[in-house]
Amino acid sequence: MPDLLIELLSEEIPARMQPRARDDLRRLVTDGLVEAGLTYAHAAAFSTPRRLALAVEGLADRSPTLREERKGPRADAPAQAIEGFLRATGVPREALIERDTGRGAVLFALVERPGRPAAEIVAEVLARTIRDFPWPKSMRWGAGSLRWVRPLRGILCLLTDGAGAEVVPLALDGIAASGTTEGHRFMAPGRFAVTGFEDYAARLRRAHVILDPAEREAKILHEARSLAFAAGLELVEDPALLTEVAGLVEWPVVLMGEIGADYLALPAEVLRTSMREHQKFFSVRNPRSGRIERFVTVANRETADHGATILAGNARVLAARLSDARFFWESDLHTVRTVGLEGMAEGLRAVTFHNRLGSQWERVQRIEALAREIAPLVGAPPDLTAEAARVCKADLQSRMVGEFPELQGIMGRYYAAAAGLPEPVAAACEDHYRPLGPADRVPAEPVSIAVALADRIDTLAGFWAIGEKPTGSKDPFALRRAALGAIRLILDNGLRLRLAARPGPFRTAGDLVGPRESDQGPSHASETDLLAFLHDRLKVHLREEGIRHDVIDAVLAMPGSDDLTLVVKRARALAAFLATDDGENLVQGFRRANNILTQAEERDGVEYSFGADPRFAEDPAEHALFAALDAAEAAIAPAMQAEDFAAAMAAMAALRAPIDAFFEAVQVNAPNEAVRRNRLNLLHRIRALCLSVADLAKLEG
Amino acid sequence: MPADTPRSFQEIILRLQAYWGAQGCAILQPYDMEVGAGTFHPATTLRALGTRPWAAAYVQPSRRPTDGRYGENPNRLQHYYQYQVIIKPSPPDLQELYLGSLEAIGIDLALHDIRFVEDDWESPTLGAWGLGWEVWCDGMEVSQFTYFQQVGGHDCHPVSGELTYGLERLAMYVLGVDHVMEMPFNDPAAPIPLSYGDIFRQTEREYSRHNFDGADTAMLLRHFEDAEAECRRLLAFDPADPKAGDRPNVMVHPAYDQCIKASHIFNLLDARGVISVTERQAYIGRVRALAKACADAFVTTEAGGGA
Repeated sequence: MPDLLIELLSEEIPARMQPRARDDLRRLVTDGLVEAGLTYAHAAAFSTPRRLALAVEGLADRSPTLREERKGPRADAPAQAIEGFLRATGVPREALIERDTGRGAVLFALVERPGRPAAEIVAEVLARTIRDFPWPKSMRWGAGSLRWVRPLRGILCLLTDGAGAEVVPLALDGIAASGTTEGHRFMAPGRFAVTGFEDYAARLRRAHVILDPAEREAKILHEARSLAFAAGLELVEDPALLTEVAGLVEWPVVLMGEIGADYLALPAEVLRTSMREHQKFFSVRNPRSGRIERFVTVANRETADHGATILAGNARVLAARLSDARFFWESDLHTVRTVGLEGMAEGLRAVTFHNRLGSQWERVQRIEALAREIAPLVGAPPDLTAEAARVCKADLQSRMVGEFPELQGIMGRYYAAAAGLPEPVAAACEDHYRPLGPADRVPAEPVSIAVALADRIDTLAGFWAIGEKPTGSKDPFALRRAALGAIRLILDNGLRLRLAARPGPFRTAGDLVGPRESDQGPSHASETDLLAFLHDRLKVHLREEGIRHDVIDAVLAMPGSDDLTLVVKRARALAAFLATDDGENLVQGFRRANNILTQAEERDGVEYSFGADPRFAEDPAEHALFAALDAAEAAIAPAMQAEDFAAAMAAMAALRAPIDAFFEAVQVNAPNEAVRRNRLNLLHRIRALCLSVADLAKLEG
Repeated sequence: MPADTPRSFQEIILRLQAYWGAQGCAILQPYDMEVGAGTFHPATTLRALGTRPWAAAYVQPSRRPTDGRYGENPNRLQHYYQYQVIIKPSPPDLQELYLGSLEAIGIDLALHDIRFVEDDWESPTLGAWGLGWEVWCDGMEVSQFTYFQQVGGHDCHPVSGELTYGLERLAMYVLGVDHVMEMPFNDPAAPIPLSYGDIFRQTEREYSRHNFDGADTAMLLRHFEDAEAECRRLLAFDPADPKAGDRPNVMVHPAYDQCIKASHIFNLLDARGVISVTERQAYIGRVRALAKACADAFVTTEAGGGA
């Protein structure tokens, strides 16, 4: 059972592509081997900036010989047909077997596909893997035609067993496989031979390459924490950055440096963003003050001066960057102190939001008007809310956000505070963007809620008006996220508002946007259409909670479906009800009643909707049902009024036994027409009562 | 290889010229037009096309009108120098050759941390893209390293390797200077030592004003149209040229000059703030169309390997 070692040495592979490339290499090679009949015990893939490697243990040394019987022409077929069969199978005439299949004698050939040595299969599979490798972006180089993520420089491909190591013969675009590789570009130049995976990993380590990315990550994290700890500080952990940095180095050397005193007063977010985005530095925080005071950088080598030159160079680059950042910060502060945040927002007049929806400034005007209307519905002071809306996008005009777009909102909050605006306004500058994703928190402060909702509803109404609704996987304006944001703002805060009321938020938003040019001519956002989109997103959202879409449909059919908090309250009560025995059986009873009634109404051409009279009741079960319906009606109406859906469902559940007993005891379509009509009218009471709680007909059975 | 530290901006340039000359590159001179980057030099844009081998290196004065800071900013200039190397087909040891050039200008590879960090290059105005890296020296970007995949909408076959050094930034790093204007241009021990600022502080002030406030936008808009029309007109000529004998004579380079001109005018208009976000894309598309037309024509010529 040989082991297989593959290494593809190349010029520097982008860090972000390495994790998937490892998986792809392992999957493509092992799938190819298995498909060709070679089993293996274990496979693991590794990467560094310059290499992808795969170690396969316990590979079969040959594929098994396969025998297969192939059916040919009839024995009395023309000679030409038989010759063709001989050619196709490679079997001589005398080796054909003649067998009676019940419809005359037919010729069969026993075809044997001999097993092949592992090396031959490995060479084929690896060549195919390299040629078809699914890099997100690949390139050609020199005069060749091969594609790889960056120029491929070497292929190491070894089969190792007890007898020794054998290079698998393979050549691609002038690159021949060998049993040698290279170590660290600077610390250990030159090629060396390896004999198998363990030898390979050990020699690489001696040549200053740590092959396993997980080991590099662990080393970086450990050393960074230790350095910070020794200085009485703590590392700001950043797993995504850690993975990226581990993909940039073969021999990580962690260095910690100081941030110049001139820059320590910058907001922590600015320091962190600048260091992370531009320099791929980690931030190191003072646990007492929360201030970021140092940085950690990861070099790719050791030096005679223990990294002093490298650290000094990095610190200089950082100082230049932070000097830019400080310039932006101070110039922005100067702006807001002289002309205020509203003055800064003036510049939004020149910024296009979307060419058919006007400038950012016009959009802010719409958000302000809409937020003012929403404010009383969410308990926010209208004037303060309007003020927050007016300045909520001002920081898009700041120099800092121009440089670091990811700081939008965060800078707004700082600048609002610097301009002396009230705290709820400053908070809204940052929080009206929230929730930013499924894991992000939802703002709870009324002013922030009102502005955040207005922002999203304006976005939806705007893109609806110009006919840019999401389709399939295409959602370039992130409208699904905007809708989900609105839904979470409403639900998480238990807001009670009628979105589609007239007047109401959707109507106002649509009027503020006004008719806009769309591909189908001028159009106007429609409330019902927007509401349907929100309902769709609500179903997706509630599915994660385990609530079925048909349960939501059943409650959406009820009045007040534009009050999402109410809808969800109903849906949760109904879902809980359906999870009980009574609930499930009641739905069966409802269906039975509804089916019989519907059929009778269709046949008779009338609607049985009035006047079920207990005097015509014949059976005790029928009397009992009358009594139960009276009791349920008396309980359900006030419960619904009070939105006590659990109580309403419980009252409905009490009908289950009487309904079951009724169907057990009586035949609805009685011969006596008066009795029959009365019973149908009774069924109508069941239907009407159930439908007053939820549209049970929408439930899937 | 001189490992000692250079003393001036010009010494770094001279060492790069000597190094790449020794590697067999033709040391060309700057192109005599206003360009945004060394890539616009026909020695790169056009010569990256077609099948003929090519190796050239040159300094290219480059202009980015929006980067003007009146000579005040330590790192930003509206006029600066790029050093450009282009080799087709890209040799297998181009990374090593590049590292040799860093040693040549006094960067001790045993003390510094050199990194190749992913950076895909794209020029929407040239219809060109390539894959490669920005090269970091101790966290500082010192060069762009690109394998051209497409230029003017044409697949590059063979592929050119392109190296671009931002000379001021690189030199500031090597010379240990924090403000570009303080960088020695010639030898500080020369009888008349000149700093970068002695030579360029005034021009940066003047051009910053020109780019942001002075340039006549109505005239520039007109000139853009003119350059565009002239480029197309030149390319529309019948290739047959009785004065030049039997071989066809397509005026690719004169047409490409007009494309360069249109591109620079667009940059100036952009700095003057008269181009809106939506118009921007349209202008870039118009320049790209010119670059593409020139590329289409170049590959039919002898130098383009088509004749």
